[in-house]
Amino acid sequence: MTQATEEKKPPNIDIYKAWCKACGICVAFCPTGALARDETGSPYVKDPEKCAKCGLCELRCPDFAITVHEKKERQARGGQ
Amino acid sequence: MEEFTKLIHKYLRHDKKFPHVWCPGCGIGIMLGALIRAIDRIGYEKDEVVLVSGIGCSGRLPVYVDFNTLHTTHGRALTFATGIKLAKPGLKVIVVMGDGDAVAIGGNHFIHAARRNIDLTAIILNNSVYGMTGGQYSPTTPFGMRSTTTMYTNIEHAFKISELAVTAGAAFVGRGTVYHAKLLDGLMEKAFLKQGFSVVEVIAHCHTQYGKLNRLGGPVEMLQWQRDHAVTVESAARMKPEEMEDKFLIGVLADRDLPVYTEQYERIRQRAKAGQGKDA
Amino acid sequence: MKKRNVNEVLLQGNEAVAEGALRAGCRFFAGYPITPATEIAEIMSVKLPRLDGTFIQMEDEIASLGAVIGASLTGTKSMTATSGPGFSLMQENLGFACIAEVPCVLVNVMRGGPSTGLPTYPAQGDVMQARWGTHGDHPMIALCASTVRECFDLTIKAFNLSERFRNPVILLLDEVVAHMREKVTLPEEGLVEIFDRVKPKVPPEWYIPYEDTPAGVPPMASFGEGYRYHVTGLTHDVRGFPTSRPDEIGPFIARLFRKISQRFPEIQMGEVDQVDGADITVIAYGSVARSAKRAVRDARERGIKAGFVKLTTIWPFMKSVVEPVLKTSKVVLVPEMNMGQISREVKRVNQGYTRVVTLNKVDGTIITPEEILDRIIEVA
Repeated sequence: MTQATEEKKPPNIDIYKAWCKACGICVAFCPTGALARDETGSPYVKDPEKCAKCGLCELRCPDFAITVHEKKERQARGGQ
Repeated sequence: MEEFTKLIHKYLRHDKKFPHVWCPGCGIGIMLGALIRAIDRIGYEKDEVVLVSGIGCSGRLPVYVDFNTLHTTHGRALTFATGIKLAKPGLKVIVVMGDGDAVAIGGNHFIHAARRNIDLTAIILNNSVYGMTGGQYSPTTPFGMRSTTTMYTNIEHAFKISELAVTAGAAFVGRGTVYHAKLLDGLMEKAFLKQGFSVVEVIAHCHTQYGKLNRLGGPVEMLQWQRDHAVTVESAARMKPEEMEDKFLIGVLADRDLPVYTEQYERIRQRAKAGQGKDA
Repeated sequence: MKKRNVNEVLLQGNEAVAEGALRAGCRFFAGYPITPATEIAEIMSVKLPRLDGTFIQMEDEIASLGAVIGASLTGTKSMTATSGPGFSLMQENLGFACIAEVPCVLVNVMRGGPSTGLPTYPAQGDVMQARWGTHGDHPMIALCASTVRECFDLTIKAFNLSERFRNPVILLLDEVVAHMREKVTLPEEGLVEIFDRVKPKVPPEWYIPYEDTPAGVPPMASFGEGYRYHVTGLTHDVRGFPTSRPDEIGPFIARLFRKISQRFPEIQMGEVDQVDGADITVIAYGSVARSAKRAVRDARERGIKAGFVKLTTIWPFMKSVVEPVLKTSKVVLVPEMNMGQISREVKRVNQGYTRVVTLNKVDGTIITPEEILDRIIEVA
């Protein structure tokens, strides 16, 4: 795992393929369009630079199959 | 892994098979995530949590998490939970039910658990249909909708679960959706911490049965519907009644302090032991 | 003048049940009012809180047994009491207690049926329901009291058996026994044998909640004591998780039966009197056994060689006692306040050995000694 050295560095987004059922929720509701679906419907990180580290994909994944590293602190605490 | 997923793994049973049993895009998994995050934030020990469920898709939830878990008979989860809580009040008893489970076959138990104000949390996943048995109409299927047993459309009227809980006397009632996952986290946390009977109604979707029969699309489209029709209590206060016509409220619908059963019963024990007259 | 024994009390059958339950260590009661069992709930509601126990009146009998099972899962000895209509509602969760192996005691004070039937009149119509009322294959233990003292003793026995075998135990009374008052001498505290469920001794990570053991009864952990495990009404594997594998289902159901069947002698109780060389033997249970005992005595005074068998354990059926009697008696009479339920079992065991006759009464009145005597004279 790469340690973030500065704020602007794009985060790592892990998609755990073994658990992913390719429902499309993470991609559809990604606020910045960092995620996309491949030809089989599975999600992949299309544009890591766009990721706002909001963590919503992780919150809404019904299968615990996606992780955003170095989320914003507010999100990591679960929000208000 | 990190943050949410790491803590979710902390609470999953590692000897269970994943991915779990629910359909791709099912809201039960989202609800399970919210439940785990809320428990973790409060900091309950795994040993002190009892997770009780009834029958149906939601009934399969407890098996995946590393608490004391109990999968009861259809509609009866609250009765088992009542026995657990009264016999060992130190346990944190959380009951997960579906809409058919909680307000059809278990409707009587639901209103009475609320009336007694027993210190339990009832989480009701409301997806408007009996999913596991193949899409039959439930007490929360809206009027005019289709199910495999209302192919000519439903002529019954839907229960509003949260409003029912408020009327029946629950101390805390919150409604969320699986789309509003962060709000759901907060509602569950508040419900768990509430002394007395607390209810969290989770509006979810069953695209496999209900969505398909009513041409409502897949999980994404049904989550969009939740996004577009749910209005927070705070926003609704600023809206006109006609704007609210096809909308539903989310957020805290009731939060009140009422005498809690276990505390009251402890007082009964003290009186009984002190030999104070039964008719005193 | 004789010094009065402080343990000598005048008790009603239902009161004796409550006393026996408290003596056995029962600390949780959930029930719903129903004649003729309500006195048990009333007494428990007064006495349990004094002992740090819990009483709750639930919204129906389904809920009552649900709460009882929940309480038992925390390690608390728990019971409920009802009558026919409530017993019907309890069948659902009774099956849960069987498959999840949760100890609990269920008292059914039998009244006339079917349906609402005869609330304040006796019957013995629930004998087969006790055995087969809940769906699916399952073993069942049911005891039946015919005296007030037995109400006390058998309630304790019911708890002991339930804890020992991790199976629900049904105590059948009939309205006569439940409401009858008799002078009984209750045993001193400490003289009553009490059995508590076996708990796991291994560390939690080694605990296999539904593991087969030679006795077939796995140790039972209580919720909240560090042994986090899964309890389900689905057919489950040794870890308690749902399974649909034939190689796991078969042995599981077989174990449920084996844990009871290999211990019949410890479960089966009854009274056998002068059956050797009897021309006629009367097999009875509950309040009818009282009339039968008197009738047998009267028959003997008339020179009839009459034997008597009282079934205290109804289920598992006491084939080992009944079969020899069928082999030696010229005729066997089974009087019951139903249309013939235990007589069916007697006939099932009777592989052409002898003649089995019945005396059935379902009009809400008891079977009197005279009626049984008349029948003895008629068939002997």
